[in-house]
Amino acid sequence: MLLRLSPQHVEAIRSHGEREYPAECCGILLGRADGEQKVVSEAVPVRNLRHDPQRAQELLPLNVPGRESERNRFLIDPRDQLRVEKDARARQLDVLGYYHSHPDHPARPSEYDREHAWPWYSYVIIGVEQGEAKDFSAWVLTDDRSQFTPEPWEAAQLQP
Amino acid sequence: MAVKVMIPTPLRQYVGKRESVEIDAKTVGEALSALTTRHNDLRKHLFTDEGKLRSFVNVYLNDEDIRYLQKDQTPLHDDDVLSIVPSIAGGMALRCICS
Repeated sequence: MLLRLSPQHVEAIRSHGEREYPAECCGILLGRADGEQKVVSEAVPVRNLRHDPQRAQELLPLNVPGRESERNRFLIDPRDQLRVEKDARARQLDVLGYYHSHPDHPARPSEYDREHAWPWYSYVIIGVEQGEAKDFSAWVLTDDRSQFTPEPWEAAQLQP
Repeated sequence: MAVKVMIPTPLRQYVGKRESVEIDAKTVGEALSALTTRHNDLRKHLFTDEGKLRSFVNVYLNDEDIRYLQKDQTPLHDDDVLSIVPSIAGGMALRCICS
């Protein structure tokens, strides 16, 4: 599928990554999908719950607590997920995927990303090098969960 | 009790592309079991081989996480809404964080 966003969405995601640096940022992509494309209408920034280690640990424990933190892990609070999803549904929008940043690291999914991903969703990753957003890429997990494949994306002004 | 189960987008392919499914059950555990019996392909995405809810899967009864209620023993009432909410997580390859 093709992932379509506006240049404003791309800029907002990049800015979010820069604001949160050196921590990972994260957010939810809302819009509509038909069989051929996912069209993003909103990129909703949400809090990286790894900033709240106690609550995050209750939901999804870290494997190596001494070496994992908000600087290399993100977790979206399911309460935020639920709230955003309910609001989206009321406006006939769906969750199309998520974005997050990799501070001083390539904008490519890691093995950890793969282990924690869900199929179908678009996973947008931005590389933030020394506080400056660089690469922007989109990925989809295969149905058998074995790997991410690059998802074609384009930033163009979208028709209302 | 007649409850509605909200299905996240990646799992809708296993329930005929619907965003929700109506289930009759007395507890959360019964509802999830009925759901995965009716739609068998869902089972491996929601449960481990040992039959436990996967760590990436959160279940909300209305607006409350069942972890903080009675988990799968949580009783249901007519018109309750169960939401399957993915835990969305990820991060970089692990390496030393130098201060």
